[in-house]
Amino acid sequence: MSSSLRPKVSHLSPREVSEAVSCNRREFLRVMTGATAAGTLLELVPGKAFASPRPLKRKVVVVTFGGGCRDEETFMPGGQENIPHLLKELIPQSTFFTRVINRGILGHYVATASLATGVYETFDNFAAVAPDHPTVFEYFRKDLKRPFYDAWVVAPANGFNRIGGSNARSFGPEYAANVILPKRLLKEALSSTKDARYTHLLVDNYETPLLVPVVRGNQMDLHRFSDLLKLSVNDFVAHAMTLSSADELSVYVARQVMRQFAPSLLWITLHDMDVAHAGSYSLYVDGIQRTDRLCGQIWREIQSQPEYAGKTTMFILPDFGRDSDLDSGGNGFQHHRTGDALSRTTWLMALGPGIRQNTVVDRPVQPVDLTPTVGALLGFTPTMGSGRPLKEVS
Amino acid sequence: MLPSQIEARQFKDYLPQARQMAVDHIELLRQLPLAFVPLLLQQIEQYDWKFPAERREIDHQLSYLSSRSKDQISRLVSSFNQLKLSPHLERFDWVNSPGSFSQDLSAYLWATHQIDAFRAAAEKFVEQVNASMPPERLPAPRLGIAVIGKGVKENSYPLFRKLRPYGTYFTRVNPSNGLRILLQAAVARAKAHPIPFGHWYIDGGPAETIPNSSLVSISYSALEPVRTALLKKITKAIKEGIGGPEALTSMLFKIRPEQIGLSGKPQDEVLGHFETSIFTQGQGTQIFSTTFVQWTARELWRRAHPLTILARFTPRQRQRPMNELLSGKDLNPEPDLMGSLIDADMGAFLTWIDQQRLAGAKQASFLVWFEDHSEALVVSPFLPRNTESDSPVDMKSLLAQMGLMVARNGKPPQVRSTQSASLHPGRDNYVLDGIDNNVDTVDFLNGADYGDST
Repeated sequence: MSSSLRPKVSHLSPREVSEAVSCNRREFLRVMTGATAAGTLLELVPGKAFASPRPLKRKVVVVTFGGGCRDEETFMPGGQENIPHLLKELIPQSTFFTRVINRGILGHYVATASLATGVYETFDNFAAVAPDHPTVFEYFRKDLKRPFYDAWVVAPANGFNRIGGSNARSFGPEYAANVILPKRLLKEALSSTKDARYTHLLVDNYETPLLVPVVRGNQMDLHRFSDLLKLSVNDFVAHAMTLSSADELSVYVARQVMRQFAPSLLWITLHDMDVAHAGSYSLYVDGIQRTDRLCGQIWREIQSQPEYAGKTTMFILPDFGRDSDLDSGGNGFQHHRTGDALSRTTWLMALGPGIRQNTVVDRPVQPVDLTPTVGALLGFTPTMGSGRPLKEVS
Repeated sequence: MLPSQIEARQFKDYLPQARQMAVDHIELLRQLPLAFVPLLLQQIEQYDWKFPAERREIDHQLSYLSSRSKDQISRLVSSFNQLKLSPHLERFDWVNSPGSFSQDLSAYLWATHQIDAFRAAAEKFVEQVNASMPPERLPAPRLGIAVIGKGVKENSYPLFRKLRPYGTYFTRVNPSNGLRILLQAAVARAKAHPIPFGHWYIDGGPAETIPNSSLVSISYSALEPVRTALLKKITKAIKEGIGGPEALTSMLFKIRPEQIGLSGKPQDEVLGHFETSIFTQGQGTQIFSTTFVQWTARELWRRAHPLTILARFTPRQRQRPMNELLSGKDLNPEPDLMGSLIDADMGAFLTWIDQQRLAGAKQASFLVWFEDHSEALVVSPFLPRNTESDSPVDMKSLLAQMGLMVARNGKPPQVRSTQSASLHPGRDNYVLDGIDNNVDTVDFLNGADYGDST
């Protein structure tokens, strides 16, 4: 076998592969910024890593990609054209963790729930169940005695309707986040209009696109959504019909939530790029490009709102990666089924006041570290979580 | 039930050859661990519908294991024995429902963080067994052909980027009669090396007519009624409240070709079951013709080990943006030509990767051509790697340079580069089939989401 074709990753241990992935990202960032690589905490532009003033009152916005993306379509030379906003706008302002290793189940709902609880949840990815462990929203609301409107989740698929609150004793619905499923609300809105015939056109999710999970739980219904956000159903539908994707709808709804309630903890999950499950590479790349653009929009929205500007930390991370082209257990970009190092290794960026800019962290961290990190920033302790606060940003 | 408790009568519902095989090897099956034997039975259960190459592998595996001592077998499967399974799995009727067991085992392994240990055990086992298998004797080097980009007039997307390091990129190919010449080359190979299921033509649209050909032809258009029938069954199951993706997948595993409009005749069984599996086990194959072509080629290389595949990617339907869907207008949108070209470009690369996993990869050739245009790329031992050629060339002389046709000067081509031998196929094995937490639920999406059926 030729050395250049040989799938180098398959000869390495998972740890070595994740280090190689990390190295690619670090080297790429170094080239982009002209920085020199050194140490665990890497300053990308020497002399420019500094912390913004830390305000007293802090907010946190978390953006996850429930789709997973590979370095090939993002950080590698052939993929950089797909993420101009992340590269040119956000990374220079961020602390970037190059090696986030997901040791849990690689299904979007269970992986996102693990992010939110700080524990690798083990329930069936396709079951409409609440997480077993308290979520970041419950810790936040209970420990800090925050009102119901201070923690929100905007999520793409019906399967996420239970992510706001857990089954854990002494936590649960009383402290849960408000969960908005924009596509579901749109379906509900359409079903009451002449456009009812089109409600089935909204794909719930790409992992099980045929089966739409039954919604049970305390997610918001259309009328409560309309009342709370002071947004008429007609206006909601009219605006939705100007948008090209479900993720755009989610970001639109998140913006309404920010303007109406300015929650201290807002969690947005995007999933357009998960169309990759249908096997279309071009649509997968379109999804990445859209996600990149929407991340830029969310950050600019944060900067434009007085309630958020200068006091908000934003975290962006994919829930996990996707399979390598060379792993015969998968089918390239289409799925995230092999559990190989590439599908488990991803990244995280944090930006906002108090966060070092132009900084790369190369040590391995885990997605379950997110919730304790948010806790450290906002002032609560996820007592049942297994992750550790990321000391570089908390 | 534990493997040691297997009785011959439990195989009464297996197909004839499968039943015989299971009964003949019952002592062996009783020695194998619970984390493994249902997966082997899943293969045996479908033996009657398997391709010859798959049957050879099962035969060899059983023969190899039967020739080992108890201690040797014990060592071979020791990693499986170390996995801790649940009482639920131990009680499972996995003899009659090995596919369902596989799904539950998958979920359990993920949930208990044993999936990596299982994967390592599976790879180790299959690599040891495969190492004992006599090398596959090929009457001719394998040939893969991908034809991409039908209907695209102008293109600025850089094609073949992933393949260029491994082959010669031709920029001045005379496209005249290109498809016809390629099809004729495939037909000639089928005639010269008549092997059952050895030569295939896959088309993302209607198949070209090829009189008196022994190529096995499979096309998206011809299978349209099958997709429709399958959709009806799935829709009905969902309306009746089928209990989640796992249950749906179990239902799909059990669908027989004759239930969705394919021939149930014994002589058509192998092909019918393969065609059924493309839609019931592949994801996206039901809605995008490009995915259908790529997945079919992948499954053929993986399962049938053919000598020849000609895969023609044609335009898939356009995925309409949300606002356009909701407008209710233009329910039959035009195909997405550029998106299809990009999909097919990636599909061609994956097809080549899959071809490289098979025996004889060093001698194999692969050609991808931008249909009706002048760009092509060839990976062949007779052509240099990472090279661009701007010499004018027609399709016949391109094939001659690959050693597939006689050159005008009558001289055979010289070996110029050594191709990759194999891509560590250890992970491509049945033990790992379905062992993940992603259910390949088919996604017709009510058929209405994507305007037409191309």
